[in-house]
Amino acid sequence: MAAAHEGHSPIHQFEINQLIPFKLFGIDASFTNSSLYMVLALGIISAFLISAMRTGSLVPGRMQSMAELVYKFVADTVRENVGDEGMKFFPLVFSLFIFVLVLNVLGMIPIPGVTFTVTSSLAVTAALALLVIGIVILYGLYAHGLGFFKLFVPSGVPWYMLLILVPIEVISFISRPISLSVRLFANMLAGHIALKIFAGFVGTLLAAGVWGLLSPLPMALTVALTALEVLVAVLQAYVFAVLTCIYLNDAVHGAH
Amino acid sequence: MAAESLEIAKQTAVAAKYIGAGIACLGMAGAGIGLGNLFGQFLSGALRNPSAADGQRGTLLLGFALTEALGIFSLLIALLLLFAV
Repeated sequence: MAAAHEGHSPIHQFEINQLIPFKLFGIDASFTNSSLYMVLALGIISAFLISAMRTGSLVPGRMQSMAELVYKFVADTVRENVGDEGMKFFPLVFSLFIFVLVLNVLGMIPIPGVTFTVTSSLAVTAALALLVIGIVILYGLYAHGLGFFKLFVPSGVPWYMLLILVPIEVISFISRPISLSVRLFANMLAGHIALKIFAGFVGTLLAAGVWGLLSPLPMALTVALTALEVLVAVLQAYVFAVLTCIYLNDAVHGAH
Repeated sequence: MAAESLEIAKQTAVAAKYIGAGIACLGMAGAGIGLGNLFGQFLSGALRNPSAADGQRGTLLLGFALTEALGIFSLLIALLLLFAV
């Protein structure tokens, strides 16, 4: 990208800026705008849940109803996909869901020069996906021992088919963390780039004299895309939680 | 002469970048077919048995997000070619 277009480049918004630079054992561990947004999300989640549940009354008020709705929604998702034995993973799934949800939605609030969508960095989503798959593998080994590897061996299949099926099952298992992280990352990245391109088109038309009369068209499209992106932001957080539950189901119940 | 052929090579690379981005977007046709299939099948099922439709809305949205993500993957390749390569 040419330097003159730097401010208008659609991928400029994903730039990570060091706010408090420092190094930890030779590794760059600076406090960046990404970290700031994560701390902000943590603050919002904690403030919301603590203030909502402070009274803890039997008949919930407005805030408490919201907190209970989110709780029940995630609890139902876990129970539906993993069963009652899976409820010990409820805190994990709830944290992942609400963290990704708040980060996605925070990224949709436009503040010029500040707005940053943390989940549009592959490093963040890959870390979350590796955490999930790490827990699946460790808990699976803990609960079933080496029997966990029966997951890769479909039952009731002749041995010569296993030569083909086992590698396929292994590859599909390995690609799980990749697809889990890339799905969230790509959705956020592509959505925000598309928004920026259409928003930039409004400015380009306005600067082009009489063509400026056409500028409401991309503007309307930008508004519609924003609505779609809010839907995607919530939906991707839900999908992340559901897929986490489906993968945990393999660890809890093992091979059938 | 050498400078000229270098210039041609650069221009060809830029052209290839845009052609590649265009081809990458073709992958979104698959997501379009998938989404049409998804909502069409849901609608035909929902009209046959409207009372069961409400319970499956969550599954529908999950399928929507999973299918749409595959289209986004090819859009991502196109965007990476345009802006990051």
